[in-house]
Amino acid sequence: MTAAPLLRIRGLRKSFGSNVVLDGVDLDVAESAVTVLLGPSGSGKSTLLRCINHLEKLDAGFVEVGGEIIGYRYDRHRLHELSPSAATRQRARIGMVFQQFNLFPHMTVLENIVEAPIAVARKPRNEAVAQARELLDQVGLAGREDSYPRQMSGGQQQRVAIARALAMEPRLMLFDEPTSALDPELVGDVLAVMKDLAVSGMTMVVVTHEIGFAREVADSVVFLDGGRILESGPPDEVLAHPRNDRARAFLTAVL
Amino acid sequence: MTTSRTFDDVAGAALPAPPERESDANLLAAKVVPRRRPGQWAAAAVVLVLVAMVVNTLITNPRFQWDVVAAYFTEASILRGLLLTVWLTAAVMACGYLLGIVLAVMRLSSNPVLRMISFGYVWLIRSVPPLVQLLFWYELASLYPQLSLGIPFGPSFVTVPTAHLFTGLLAAFVGLMLDVGAFSAEIIRGGLLAVEKGQTEAAQSLGLSGRRIFRRIVLPQAMPAIIPASGNLLIGMLKATAIVSVIAVQDLLYSAQLIYNQNFLIIPLLLVATIWYIVLTTLLSIGQYFVERHYARGSARGGGGPGFWQIIRGNLPLFGRTTPAGLS
Repeated sequence: MTAAPLLRIRGLRKSFGSNVVLDGVDLDVAESAVTVLLGPSGSGKSTLLRCINHLEKLDAGFVEVGGEIIGYRYDRHRLHELSPSAATRQRARIGMVFQQFNLFPHMTVLENIVEAPIAVARKPRNEAVAQARELLDQVGLAGREDSYPRQMSGGQQQRVAIARALAMEPRLMLFDEPTSALDPELVGDVLAVMKDLAVSGMTMVVVTHEIGFAREVADSVVFLDGGRILESGPPDEVLAHPRNDRARAFLTAVL
Repeated sequence: MTTSRTFDDVAGAALPAPPERESDANLLAAKVVPRRRPGQWAAAAVVLVLVAMVVNTLITNPRFQWDVVAAYFTEASILRGLLLTVWLTAAVMACGYLLGIVLAVMRLSSNPVLRMISFGYVWLIRSVPPLVQLLFWYELASLYPQLSLGIPFGPSFVTVPTAHLFTGLLAAFVGLMLDVGAFSAEIIRGGLLAVEKGQTEAAQSLGLSGRRIFRRIVLPQAMPAIIPASGNLLIGMLKATAIVSVIAVQDLLYSAQLIYNQNFLIIPLLLVATIWYIVLTTLLSIGQYFVERHYARGSARGGGGPGFWQIIRGNLPLFGRTTPAGLS
């Protein structure tokens, strides 16, 4: 762990009106590491994730991915918000998977996946299509190129969403409760794809309530409540022997 | 022994005898007969008689002068008027919708000045009857004898006298276009708001640019909400172009009026215009159906909806025992 972490967050603060959602968050995620964010609803997990690819503006602090400050440019003691096109360029290398999948319903599975590689990464169409077919195979959906999202189950849609994010060859993947909107019997397929991804060396930050996934796959588990990190460390430490009272209460409730 | 009846006797007397039960075999073999609906037949008969009466007067009343209608139906000046109505509608709708998109985007922007301007424009234009607007533009020369392009309160670069600029046709085009802009802005805004925010966020997280997100992700998904109302607006505008006849623009109606002002065959010539309006509206309705079907791609109804002829058949009496469906 001598190399600089791929993701560095320092002093991150964010409030919506008078509601303080993130109250000084520091977090490091090493290259190829999987970090799981746990915490009760309203604890700021999703907001933290959305700050990492600048879907939310920050009130203070900074987020750095690969040594590059996300969403802002430092100049003479000020952090200037980047232009939309510059922020867009940064986002292209940070993949995000949403709770509600957010596939584009008017496009086929294939069109969903090749849209960004062609439009943003300027890949030739045939290359993008070939890559999309490989990714579909990887998430266990070979042959479903021409389906529309609404013709698929939630679990299948979420796996397409993962393939769509991977098509941009991200160096960091963010998962915002990827299995919370799924029927219980469909959760396993999505988690299996995520586990394969972790094994292949992808750097991942995952907000989830799947404690089993955290225990099995995570390199570190972070417990948030009230916009602060109350506990973090390897999963067997945090999950089995939480030192913080609130973390212990939460884990007893969800386990 | 009447006073000492057993419980069974009492129960047996109070309850009616159970009906004789049909055997399962008979029930299974029975044909299912739908409920008779005599009221439906009676209502249909009454309406058909009324329709027959209307058709009868249309055919037998000589004052409709159908022969005159037929003679003038393809008269050169009528066809010229028809052409003007069609292309004025097309131009007004095309430019009006471009304006509407800009106004809708302004209204949804984070810039409070743009929001207020868009709101104010829509409020003003919707408050003034199109006929009054038309007259305003037509009379613009008396309000502004010349138009200049330049710096406000500073020098001007180009100056044009309005008397030559605002002919009846241009006044008609500008007035109606501004009107369509205001109404289409509201239709488009509603459609854009119907698209979930998650769609934009997903597109942003893939690194798509703002313009591409609007064009490829948001607008196509807003279309199913925009098209039915736009079809209404288009058909309404096709007919509303008839008001340009008050400023002597030779559209379909005014062409008919010019003829009947000379020969006093008022009713037949109004019928000529009416039939052409019906023909155009029918063509537009058919077009709308196919556009709607195109944008239903990927929706739950996509492909599974009723076909074009199914809808026609379903609404015809005698053929249609299916559920009536509308062209919406």
